[in-house]
Amino acid sequence: MSAMTDLAIETAALRVEAPGMMTTLQDGGRHGQGHLGVPPSGALDALSLGLANALVGNAPDTGALEITLMGPRLVVEGDGCVVAIAGDAEVLLNDAPVDAFRTLALEVGDVLQVKRLLSGARAYLAVGGGFAAEPFLGSVSTLARAGIGGFAGRALLAGDRLPLAAADLGRERAGLVGEQHLPQREKRPIRVVLGPQAAFFARAKQARFFSAQWRISTLADRMGYRLTGPTLASAKGHNIVSDALMTGSVQIPGDGQPIIAMNDRGTTGGYPKIATVIRADLARLGQMKPGDTLCFEPVEAGHAEQLWRGRQQAFGDYLARLGG
Amino acid sequence: MTPDYTIVALADQGVLIECGERIDLEINRWIDCAANAVREAGIDGVTGIVPTYRSLAIEYDSVSITQATLIDRLEALLSTLTATRRRARRWRVPVAYGGEFGLDFDDFRQRHGLSREELIALHSAPDYRVYMIGFMPGFAYLGGLDTSLHTPRRDSPRTRTPAGSISVGGQQTAVTSVEAPSGWHLLGQTPLATFDARRDPPMLIEAGDSVRFVPIDEAEFARLASDCAWRPDWEWCE
Repeated sequence: MSAMTDLAIETAALRVEAPGMMTTLQDGGRHGQGHLGVPPSGALDALSLGLANALVGNAPDTGALEITLMGPRLVVEGDGCVVAIAGDAEVLLNDAPVDAFRTLALEVGDVLQVKRLLSGARAYLAVGGGFAAEPFLGSVSTLARAGIGGFAGRALLAGDRLPLAAADLGRERAGLVGEQHLPQREKRPIRVVLGPQAAFFARAKQARFFSAQWRISTLADRMGYRLTGPTLASAKGHNIVSDALMTGSVQIPGDGQPIIAMNDRGTTGGYPKIATVIRADLARLGQMKPGDTLCFEPVEAGHAEQLWRGRQQAFGDYLARLGG
Repeated sequence: MTPDYTIVALADQGVLIECGERIDLEINRWIDCAANAVREAGIDGVTGIVPTYRSLAIEYDSVSITQATLIDRLEALLSTLTATRRRARRWRVPVAYGGEFGLDFDDFRQRHGLSREELIALHSAPDYRVYMIGFMPGFAYLGGLDTSLHTPRRDSPRTRTPAGSISVGGQQTAVTSVEAPSGWHLLGQTPLATFDARRDPPMLIEAGDSVRFVPIDEAEFARLASDCAWRPDWEWCE
């Protein structure tokens, strides 16, 4: 009897048996804090974050585990929970294969493992009611570089216990099957709007930027992706007085090889920026990994806005179909 | 003073109000002023405002406002901008110079042919202006470094420098806030926690504030380091 009482008051949690390659808590991002030097962080593929959350009945931007290439092995403690994984992932529940994009009801003692990703670089594991983590400046996203957000401000380690915000929430959604939407399946150039320092590059260099095939180097993380390809020399040098960065700013440092700023970027930077990636293509960019190749295509800002509104509308329609 | 500015697209994520290519006190003041005006205008759909030395990025969500409308609103706002500035604060930042607190201090003073006392005096004399908070949470870029101390960045950046480092890079000096990679020269360290995620407010220094360095010794550093933890350190604000 006393053992059962202990169980009942123990908080629901996921215990980390193995952390995976790099698993962090990420939500929709810590927006609007750039003036404090604080980058947005948040899910590199916010679309997949939203898909995982939708399946467990959470708001799209709720914090979930961002899994990188090889995932964690987690044990359910304290109480049951529902989870869903969005991504092209090989998932095992008690060592038996289960589908991603499906709401799973887990019991105490169940072992859930995201073995590896079959395509793309990231998958998202959401839990009904979300994780219990202390928000910092309005977000639970982990920025490991500054030790803020997430669980202890860092990536998961074996032995961590990840408390859940609510016990066994959303069980009625168990078995729900979502659309298998994978941004990495869309094969087309990454669309950008030229600027803000495109004028640093002669027309021929700009043409080269768009005609080249770029490869993502091994120096690619949540802070930024370094690309390799033809050298883009700037006519006006490669140092500017520091200027604001966006996620998706394409900077050209002195070696002429682009660096795309990602979610954990500095808020400002001192290299000229030839172009900025449009919002609608950020999720697809977030699914890229070292060795992947990409091309850039120029679009106008107004067209980018239409594409983004279209994406948001489609996501809203999907939520409605899923029965929010 | 209204500087010449242009407004350029940061894709469909933001717009950049750009005021040229130099570090200039008048331009930086105008940026500060413009940032406050945009903040106070509370334009629906604006999600972030990032002032820098010479530019101001306005982030927006096109579901709520189009870029064309946003630019119209901004141009109207900037054309009637008056010099209503936020009351800037003046910070005294205690610094232990040299030794384990400033790994580059000795190389730096030898490079400039200065004694320990001369370097400390030159570095701690000015009232520095905080031109920008950027790069890292709470990282304060200061303008006003004595021209005799302007020094190109290190050839090879360090992968880790401690939180609270007081460093020099080019014509700037900085108060760093979190452990970070850096190619700047480390002259000293402050025990003042200018950034602490557990504190409200987490950041102390803001763009437009001023900073003066107060040299302290090792014993004072140790005392303040244990003392400053968890407190907002308002006593260092004049």
